[in-house]
Amino acid sequence: MKYLDEFRSPGAVRALVDKIRELDGTCTFMEVCGTHTMAISRAGLRPLLEPGVDLVSGPGCPVCVTSDTDIDRAIAVARMPGVELATFGDMMKVPGTEGSLADAAARGARVKVVYSPLEALDLARANPRGDVVFLGVGFETTAPTVAATLLQAREGNLLNLFVLSLHKVVPPALRALVSLDDFRVDGFILPGHVSTIIGSDAYSFLVDEFKIPCVVTGFEPADILQAIYRLIKMRDEGPAVETEYSRVVRPGGNPKALEIMSRVFEPCDAEWRGLFKIPGSGLALKNEFRDFDAGAWELELPEPSRDSGCRCGEILCGRIKPPECPHFALTCTPDTPVGPCMVSSEGTCASYHLYCREEEG
Amino acid sequence: MCLAIPAEVIEIADNDLALVEIGGARKRVSVQLVDGVSAGDFVLVHAGFAIDKIDRAEAQKTMELFEELARLVEADEIP
Amino acid sequence: MSEGVVTMAHGGGGTRMQELLRDTVFPLLGEDVLLAAEDSACLDRPSGRLALTTDSFVVKPLFFPGGDIGKLAVCGTVNDLAMVGARPMYLTLGLILEEGLGLETLEKVLASVAAWAENAGVRVVAGDTKVVERGMADGMYVNTAGVGVIPDGRAVSIAGAAPGDVLLVNGFVGDHGIAVLKGREGFDFELELESDCAPLNGLVEKMLDAGTVRALRDPTRGGIAAALKEMAGSSGCAFEMVEDEIPVREGVRAICEMLGLDPLLVANEGKLLAAVPEDEAQAVLGAMKGEDEGRDARVIGRVVDGRKGRVTLLTGLGSRRLLRMPSGEQLPRIC
Repeated sequence: MKYLDEFRSPGAVRALVDKIRELDGTCTFMEVCGTHTMAISRAGLRPLLEPGVDLVSGPGCPVCVTSDTDIDRAIAVARMPGVELATFGDMMKVPGTEGSLADAAARGARVKVVYSPLEALDLARANPRGDVVFLGVGFETTAPTVAATLLQAREGNLLNLFVLSLHKVVPPALRALVSLDDFRVDGFILPGHVSTIIGSDAYSFLVDEFKIPCVVTGFEPADILQAIYRLIKMRDEGPAVETEYSRVVRPGGNPKALEIMSRVFEPCDAEWRGLFKIPGSGLALKNEFRDFDAGAWELELPEPSRDSGCRCGEILCGRIKPPECPHFALTCTPDTPVGPCMVSSEGTCASYHLYCREEEG
Repeated sequence: MCLAIPAEVIEIADNDLALVEIGGARKRVSVQLVDGVSAGDFVLVHAGFAIDKIDRAEAQKTMELFEELARLVEADEIP
Repeated sequence: MSEGVVTMAHGGGGTRMQELLRDTVFPLLGEDVLLAAEDSACLDRPSGRLALTTDSFVVKPLFFPGGDIGKLAVCGTVNDLAMVGARPMYLTLGLILEEGLGLETLEKVLASVAAWAENAGVRVVAGDTKVVERGMADGMYVNTAGVGVIPDGRAVSIAGAAPGDVLLVNGFVGDHGIAVLKGREGFDFELELESDCAPLNGLVEKMLDAGTVRALRDPTRGGIAAALKEMAGSSGCAFEMVEDEIPVREGVRAICEMLGLDPLLVANEGKLLAAVPEDEAQAVLGAMKGEDEGRDARVIGRVVDGRKGRVTLLTGLGSRRLLRMPSGEQLPRIC
């Protein structure tokens, strides 16, 4: 596949691994993007870089960090009579207070898995008597696709398509993370496809205010290794925001997508599973789209469970290892995850769990 | 966080839709988020939308960098 | 071809049901045992151990590129028998039809059952038809049971893999899952791809003639990942797979990349995994390549001493990762 296979050069990977292993000392880098975590795991990069480079996974993907209260809202919407909830497949297994969307669907809620928000538009057109709610999850990569879909619905006077926006944005979450007392990494591997939309300039504050080296990079093993190599080099050269993924990332991002996104959404505070509420890290529909906003509906929600005691936040900061969490492998497993590090199949806890299981036989 | 895949634009249809090809598979995607897409361009596809064009010159640069790195390894292996 | 649709009366046990059997089912399946209309098929007892299996088919859509629910039912059952080294002999056919199903659709499916049963050399000897109210089923469901005979001296089992064996696959993986997805609403991609759905009993016979085959498994739902984990677990050894040797068509890879699926977890319906002693691998492989269903066969890994059930994937980059048991159905992802 063009522009994919050419970047999968085993030779480049070997050369970069060699170069990285030549460097002195140890460093810890965080990949903040769940797709990077997946790519690192699929390529088996971690063991190749040990012990010099420790890769820690960030807060995870936008799906994994969706809070249980937000899942409860999605389930409540899907249970309403005459409503069909359209969602990306990854949301199905994320747990709420009383089970996941998959559980709710098994009990009769109408949930439809789609690949694109445009399919929700088609569903709404095909069923003019029912209401279709699209579950808007995703970072800045996905939010413009939902915004464009909604604009299209409004233009076509489609009155039965709604959006429940659980979208999140990356820079405020990074700011919250690096502002934590004992947060310490030697550099960030920054998300490629989010940056396609928001541009690499969006991360300047990490260098200007926090002096943390950053590389925006692609998803092939060589891309990721090149980013790590540059991060290591920046220890001597001084921190900067560099873009390895220049084939799709520009400093200013994609202005058209940003414009469409800002026509529909405005920042709001958002709860991150396993972490806390982060100011300005969510996207809500603007007031002029109130008629399309399923988030404005009155919903009957289950009593939120008390603090679960999930320690993903500390795991993300590298303060503790997964087995130190009271839930790990007991109440929190890949099939019944509690925190984002277990929800994501490649999250820190899920990976740890897999390897522990294997060791036990 | 976000899966996206490079695709070649085969033709632009009405309503901001384009037919794209990825490894022999063809699909209609929306190009309303990207300015000036035309047949022959490569775009990055996410959730049924093109989210940007691929910059050929920049892609070439990265490819050359990787090729050069790969040559380092090959050179090493020849005694 | 009949016009008309299946009605509740077709399942009522009266004249309409007899009409359905007489006009639609029997002519297509054309089997003396069926025509006798006894309550049970009465069959001669073959020598050798019996293999018995059952399977239900609920595929959506009923017709997909490269197959249909009827072909799938025959092949699925025949393959389950072949995986224990049995020669498939008899099938039963249970039909659960949704009221309103076109008779023409039913005829097409039955014709496909008949054609593939003949192709695989099995006889459909007993059957049952039920009709459920509209909305209570998705067109039609099929249940089959299969009986086969294991010739004396054969010992093929999922648990038979031993360290030193090599692991073979008979061709490209993931074709069925992606071909079926292609036919489903919403996933509007065009791709020249057919399901690999095929009876494998002929291939298995050729393999067993050519050499020792210690373990067989047909990787269906859960893909080859689930089947490898099961084989390694049952056999009490570890597998080392070479990722780049596992054949995946480019189109399948492209769709998987796009939807965030792993081709190793995508369903197959005409694939088998085999554990074969290393010194007999070339002979078995050669026999496989002579068959349509084995043309693209190759070695994809080896059985090693190690943690029971561990399946390691050697990546093209020279690194290793563990293959995990899939937890459930794969859904298209954005992350």
